[in-house]
Amino acid sequence: MFRRPLSPLLAALCFGLAGLAQAQVNVTTPWVRATTPAQKATGAFMQLQSPSDTALVSASSPVAGVVEIHEMAMNNNVMSMRRIPKLDLPAKISVELKPGSYHIMLMDLKQQVKAGDKVPLTLVFEDAKKQQQKLDVQAEARELTAMPASGHHHH
Amino acid sequence: MTPTALPRRRLLGAALAAALLAACDTPPAPPLAQYNATVISDPAFGRDFRLKDPQGRERSLADWRGKVVLVFFGYTQCPDACPTALSRAAAVMKLLGADADKVQVLFVSLDPERDTPALLSEYVPSFDPRFLGLYTTPEATPGVAADFKVFYRRNPGATPSTYTIDHSVTTYTYNRRGQLRLLIGHDSLPEQVAADLRQLLQE
Repeated sequence: MFRRPLSPLLAALCFGLAGLAQAQVNVTTPWVRATTPAQKATGAFMQLQSPSDTALVSASSPVAGVVEIHEMAMNNNVMSMRRIPKLDLPAKISVELKPGSYHIMLMDLKQQVKAGDKVPLTLVFEDAKKQQQKLDVQAEARELTAMPASGHHHH
Repeated sequence: MTPTALPRRRLLGAALAAALLAACDTPPAPPLAQYNATVISDPAFGRDFRLKDPQGRERSLADWRGKVVLVFFGYTQCPDACPTALSRAAAVMKLLGADADKVQVLFVSLDPERDTPALLSEYVPSFDPRFLGLYTTPEATPGVAADFKVFYRRNPGATPSTYTIDHSVTTYTYNRRGQLRLLIGHDSLPEQVAADLRQLLQE
């Protein structure tokens, strides 16, 4: 539904055109926390870096009915989670979506996310001129017990 | 070594000498336990609970007398703080080795509407098979939270099923006699928690 197979040539062409119009946001190590079969929500995490000022304004995924950008904050040992309308990406600054900070919240999951799965995510960026840029990424599902500090699996 | 290290060490030495002198005058007190977590004694909150396990059995703190008990409140749709706290607890169990059998980790749902017994029974033990999820009715949940001074609040979501919950992330830790002794903060490292639990097991 969301992933139409693109021929490599077409993909390269699209990529090139996008590159001409707008420099691409760089997405590093996108991952999703795996779920148990009955769980209906999980979080996606990654690092984003844009060559020019832009913002992450929305995301979608075929595995989730609702996808939102959230900010987690800790005050007096109370965790609060807020939907934010956008996540600003100042030029050349790496912004990290990680446990304890920002995440992309995947809700109303349509299926279990198993460790090792590749979860398709479409990220939508918008710059100050309202120019939108869409980017498809594959987020690797890590074990439910993945710890925030390290990017490594626990055994 | 920084240049300031020497005077500080001298100060410490003086303090130690003073302490030793003082010790000659007074009978030696038992060494004060040094915990990483916040130590509390006989608080008016978190004294006990009446909850259900996923099999529907009534459970209370006395069921684990003789064990150190850790209680964490959360909800399974939580993408962040709850899996982090449960993952840390699982790491602590590994660090404790054989002592882990004297420790029980309990996860109390603040979201009984969505955290069904089936979901609790698959989610909580996925971190460590010894962990147990507990819940009560939606009507009784606020009272349990109040008994523990657990703050929580629902934030409406885009759809009726996608609300999120702000909540306290303190881990309530009991000694083997069922007394609430330690409040473990969210930033604690597994090594710190394991050291605290080893010490608490001696109480």
